[in-house]
Amino acid sequence: MAFINKNHFWPGIILFLLIIPLITNSNYLLSILIIIGLYTIIVQGLGILMGYAGQISFGHAAFFGLGAYTVAILTTRFHSPTVLALLGAALLPGVIAALIGRPTLKLQELYLALATLGFGLLVHIGFTEGMELTGGPSGIAGIPYLSVGSFVFDSDIKFFYLVAGILILLSAGIKGLIESRVGRALRAIRESEHAAETAGIDTAALKLQAFIFSALLAGLAGGLYAYYITFISPSPFSFHASVQFVLMAVVGGLGTFVGPLLGAAMVVALGEFLRWAIPVVIPNAGGEYQIIFFGLILVVLMIFQPEGLGALGKRLKPATQKLPGEGYSTKIEAEKEGGL
Amino acid sequence: MDTPSQLLQLLFTGLTLGSIYALIGLALVTTFNITGILNLAQGEFVTIGALLAISLYATGLPLAAAFIIAVLLVAALGGVLERCAIQTARQASALTLIIITLGLSIFLRGLALLVWGTETYSLPAFSEGGPLFIGGAAITPQSFWIFGLTALTLAGLYAFFELTYWGKAVKAAVLNRTAARLMGINPNRLSLLAFLASGALGAAAGIFIAPVTMTTYDMGFMLGVKGFVAAVIGGLNNIGGAVLGGILLGILESFSAGLISSGLKDAFAIIILIGVLLVRPQGIIGSLKERKI
Amino acid sequence: MKRSLRKSVMASLLILLLATSVLASGCGSSGDSDGEGVTGEEQYKIGAVLDISGKASSLGTPERDTLQMMVKQLNTQGGINGHQVDLTILDNKSDETEAVLAAKTLIEKDVLAVLGCSSSGPSMAMLNTVQNEKVPMISLAAASSIVEPVSERQWVFKTAQSDKVTVGKITNYLREQNINKVAFLYMNNAYGDGGRKAFSEAAKENNIEVLVEDKFEASDKDMTPQLTRVKASQAEALIIWAIPPSASIATKNFKDLGLTIPLIHSHGVGNQKFIDLAQGAAEGVILPIGKLTVAQQIPDTDPQKEVLQTYINNYTQKYGSPPDSFGGYAWDAFNLVVNAIEKAGPDRAAIRDELEKTQGFTGISGVFNISAQDHNGLDEESMVLVQIKDGKWQLLE
Repeated sequence: MAFINKNHFWPGIILFLLIIPLITNSNYLLSILIIIGLYTIIVQGLGILMGYAGQISFGHAAFFGLGAYTVAILTTRFHSPTVLALLGAALLPGVIAALIGRPTLKLQELYLALATLGFGLLVHIGFTEGMELTGGPSGIAGIPYLSVGSFVFDSDIKFFYLVAGILILLSAGIKGLIESRVGRALRAIRESEHAAETAGIDTAALKLQAFIFSALLAGLAGGLYAYYITFISPSPFSFHASVQFVLMAVVGGLGTFVGPLLGAAMVVALGEFLRWAIPVVIPNAGGEYQIIFFGLILVVLMIFQPEGLGALGKRLKPATQKLPGEGYSTKIEAEKEGGL
Repeated sequence: MDTPSQLLQLLFTGLTLGSIYALIGLALVTTFNITGILNLAQGEFVTIGALLAISLYATGLPLAAAFIIAVLLVAALGGVLERCAIQTARQASALTLIIITLGLSIFLRGLALLVWGTETYSLPAFSEGGPLFIGGAAITPQSFWIFGLTALTLAGLYAFFELTYWGKAVKAAVLNRTAARLMGINPNRLSLLAFLASGALGAAAGIFIAPVTMTTYDMGFMLGVKGFVAAVIGGLNNIGGAVLGGILLGILESFSAGLISSGLKDAFAIIILIGVLLVRPQGIIGSLKERKI
Repeated sequence: MKRSLRKSVMASLLILLLATSVLASGCGSSGDSDGEGVTGEEQYKIGAVLDISGKASSLGTPERDTLQMMVKQLNTQGGINGHQVDLTILDNKSDETEAVLAAKTLIEKDVLAVLGCSSSGPSMAMLNTVQNEKVPMISLAAASSIVEPVSERQWVFKTAQSDKVTVGKITNYLREQNINKVAFLYMNNAYGDGGRKAFSEAAKENNIEVLVEDKFEASDKDMTPQLTRVKASQAEALIIWAIPPSASIATKNFKDLGLTIPLIHSHGVGNQKFIDLAQGAAEGVILPIGKLTVAQQIPDTDPQKEVLQTYINNYTQKYGSPPDSFGGYAWDAFNLVVNAIEKAGPDRAAIRDELEKTQGFTGISGVFNISAQDHNGLDEESMVLVQIKDGKWQLLE
């Protein structure tokens, strides 16, 4: 990766993204890219949490949903300005993450996965049971478009540029972050929490910050989602969605910079591709086949390329350099050997 | 209906539900203890077992024969998946392995959808006759079958782990892989054994509960999650804990739905789950025994 | 020895897996969709977004089958004014985001109208897209909010009876039987919630007291706790608003508990599966339903009789089992849109206007009288009350 014109890679991607709307007038393509973009925002946060701080979360759909519901409730019930509501959409999940993070992040591995799963289910129940406020299972319709001053994001193109802009800013920020001291400290936690602590890193605080950051991003994406679809109900924020986010993070590659984008794009595009391709090969086939293929591809990828797509390029590196995923897995293996 | 019989009714319902969760929890705990893998496809074993038995029964086979064939087939399925997917990725991280089992569960769900479609299927109850009334509360005969299977499974697993050579070998391998290998125990074979067993157990559970719960291709997921919660509440490294956790969960659900609020019954279960995780991650039973480290 | 046994077990299982998938794909590919343009005329494109997989798949599958059958029939009969119809059916996996993406795909393909979705959530999610793109949409879902308020839903119509219609039928019955105290259980999703809202309003208007109002999850396996509360109350009848399998489980639990008050279900249980799954417990259950299920029993004078018979015969001939009301919603939506295109030609705005002018259209779900105030167009006449006797639907006077 390092020697494949690293300097031209990102400007190229950015340029490509900005030009797309000019060469296509397909709202379908744009909306796919928007959805990929929204998921990428979530997965970037999740990627920091999982890939750098080494903590798993099966509850990020809850933060995603909290963001979406914040926007929906503030704009439809209280007629708040849309930009303010979007800010709230990022802040509320952040605050909640700060509250639940401290006790939860003390848990190891599997138990953390279970606790976050529980949290996700709990928030989902809250959406369904919050009758007056959340509209219950029927959800909230009639969410207005996002507007800044008199500029309204009411078309796919405008929304595309908004999401692309946010993503570019975010990517730049994250790149700075992981190359900074904080990034190195986070990686140290992933390799060995003990060693990091001995080296004087406040691991608990760093893990918490990564957790809050990922919740903020998921909330932001949720708020944008609500403005884009303009209708929300509890169903897009179920456990299933949390699993999907983790999949995107893992498929893309943990601890790699391009991983989140690759993972989100791969999962969304695969779904869309199969929707087209399968009926061509097998006429009259429905979603049945898609689900099977999805499961199979996932398993095969995990077996043969467990570091995810983002790490493909790293295979080219000299073998003396340790893969980032490797330290992680040896650690787990060592734990397994040690017994339960 | 007076209050005592209402409470008794809720207790009966809770016990039935709890036994269902306990059965799935037992299968999860067995695999987890032997392989260190939390098998997210466990719920799918339950579904496919039930659907296979229903289809076989529909072809005119006696129920017992359908049961045996379905259990064997799903056990074989568990074995095949272990060989194809788990074994080839043996060296991967715990996270990767969880995701592999997740992929398998998606794949199996799709397969079930393909073969059986979206319809709901059911089996007739194993024994004839309406519900029994005890103290004004009703309990169906099928519930007793489920209690029986849970008790039998628990006893069987206990006997296996405590009394047989293989069971001890399993425990040894869990404690120390290298030592187990030196003693001639092959952890890979154990892993296969664990998946065969959890396949068979899942299928058996699915067939026993089919007359009560009905069966759809996608029911495995929710059952899997409940079994998961049951296992954690009881203690992931303890067979008895899974049963205790399952029954506690079932009773909790039943009483909160009957007395407080149906919408919040799952919320109570999850709050208990999180509470257990934070206060006593080794589970309730884990407190009675010292941790195996 | 052991090793070879294991291998043969593995091999046979693989063969079994392979065989089942081949078998299933063989069954699946029997019905070919899309009409190829036989004539030189330009094809008319219609799109459908259905919940073919995922949690609402039991709705989407019969709808897909019905649409595929109908488009084939239409095209062999010469299409619309000599134009063949190209119908694209997309699966939204019962997911709201997927529904929006699918709708956009179809609109890109220049479809004249979008049919779907099968359930309320995805239909609501798609609304905004079709409103913005100005494409007529006909939903097959129940919730009234899909077409109300009409001022914000000019492009949206629906063929399934709204909750209000169904509830009206039930409250009429309760009044006739002098029942004033009832219990109401519902499924905790958009369908059950819609029923609850409509029923609590109608109950207030009719002075019916709801003593117990409770819910259960679609995935719940035992509703005895909720029913225990009903048993402990003074309710004179129980209304359950759910679909199978949970509706069947609740009915079984109801009988097992020894409850004897009248049990009234919603039209969500209007298929034979409900009766089969309840294993005898469905005996005596009363429910409002479209006329499709009791087509043989309704008088010959009924305007829908002939349409119903034809649909049942065609569907049974093709798929080997009688259709259910969900397929009926698709039948209505397809014919409504075909009729509108016939009059309006390939112009989305004109099609919308024609749809709004539909009067006296005899469909499967009822006789549609759509207007600028009512984008559903069905009234209580479209439903009948039936009771389950000897495992069969029996028209109730």
